[in-house]
Amino acid sequence: MAEVLKLHSPVSREDLKNLKAGDRVLLSGTIITGRDAAHKRLVAALDAGQNLPVELKGMIIYFVGPCPAPPGRPVGSAGPTTSYRMDAYSPRLLRECGLLGMIGKGDRNDEVIAAMKEAGAVYFAATGGAGALISQCIKHCEVAAFDDLGPEAIYRMEVEDMPLVVAIDAEGNDLYRR
Amino acid sequence: MKIQIAKNRSLQDMVRHIPFQQVADAVTKACLEAATHLPKDVLDGIKKAMDNETDELGRDFLAQYLKNAKIAEETGLPLCQDTGFAVFFVEMGSMVVIDGGTVSEAITAGTERGYELGFLRKSIVDDPVFKRVNTRTNTPPIIHLTQVPGDRLSVILAPKGGGSENMSSLKMLTPAAGRQGVIDFVVESVIKAGGNPCPPTVVGVGIGGTFEKAAFLAKKALIRPMGEASPDPEYAEMEREILARINASGVGPQGLGGDTTSFAVHIEHFPCHIASLPVAVNLNCHAARHAGFEL
Repeated sequence: MAEVLKLHSPVSREDLKNLKAGDRVLLSGTIITGRDAAHKRLVAALDAGQNLPVELKGMIIYFVGPCPAPPGRPVGSAGPTTSYRMDAYSPRLLRECGLLGMIGKGDRNDEVIAAMKEAGAVYFAATGGAGALISQCIKHCEVAAFDDLGPEAIYRMEVEDMPLVVAIDAEGNDLYRR
Repeated sequence: MKIQIAKNRSLQDMVRHIPFQQVADAVTKACLEAATHLPKDVLDGIKKAMDNETDELGRDFLAQYLKNAKIAEETGLPLCQDTGFAVFFVEMGSMVVIDGGTVSEAITAGTERGYELGFLRKSIVDDPVFKRVNTRTNTPPIIHLTQVPGDRLSVILAPKGGGSENMSSLKMLTPAAGRQGVIDFVVESVIKAGGNPCPPTVVGVGIGGTFEKAAFLAKKALIRPMGEASPDPEYAEMEREILARINASGVGPQGLGGDTTSFAVHIEHFPCHIASLPVAVNLNCHAARHAGFEL
């Protein structure tokens, strides 16, 4: 198997240019999380012309709703949720907010891929159903916005060597549609 | 002689009393076990798939599932952050009485405590369309209660994640569609689901009954030990044929390619109306969790 590439978040378009669909990546750095309810609020804020509660420029968003943190751990089990539910929102965040990466599981629609190509963004697949394993890569986790949403809040996470696969690269090559 | 003794016993003597708290505590324990411990049939299924998987990335995912199960076992962290809707299959003996409440109340109380104690995610929102406010207890659970003869209480918990549940499908076929129509519908449903339900999946198929009965059978099919064939040879043959077609699709682990899209196909069937041929498909992710107890 091809060598595993290292990536550090936040990222630039330049960092992502050479990633190809099928590449395996170990991600470190700062990422934010968000799933259905948080995406809905972010896009509602854009519609209302309000500032977003989190900076998305150069950021990678992880579609996850983690388990509560047991004592002595930064977070509980934290694997990806299915991404297509965010398809309705992702193009806005890519085009208007400078979002450059998404982490989830499962395929994305044509509109998301078109927006990714414009933004030079990459979609990574994390291993669904491996929440305990992925949790070991999360070194710090805090609520960044929408605390009232519980597991659906936006968290800011520090990750170290989180194992990912480039599922859709910045040119729109899609591992789900080979 | 035995019959004579039974006749002489009053109904009161034959009734078995189980304290409410005993049921609730056993449910709490099952919630914790199911979330963190992958049953042996599932572990064996993953190992067998690893031996047969020719795709390198696919094999890597299967290896990650085993590593994940080991970490969950050692740390007590849930296998998956989606600790699911708590779905219970309950068989309650006609001679059983729960002292202090109903069996549903005991299961609900045990579920709430289990999800709190185990740091499991609370994934249930009240009002599906408008408020969608998290109940913060992971209740209510879904309880399928059947009365059976005897004085035992048997409970199986199968926590069900949203990602795989969302890929369910149901079709009211016409009787003319027959065996081939059923097979085509099931295969198409699983392939269309792609990587969304966290493959390799267990495919639960309910055939016959009414609209809701077919859906119930599809769900019930998922609690059969993984890979155990239908006792009916004609349905067992259908299970094999459907599985072979699904795995020839190349969807693979996580939908990113490979030979293992599903571990097993389980069919449950029931008599149906002369006009109907209902078919329901319910998928379980590779973390096919279940736990149970008998009191």
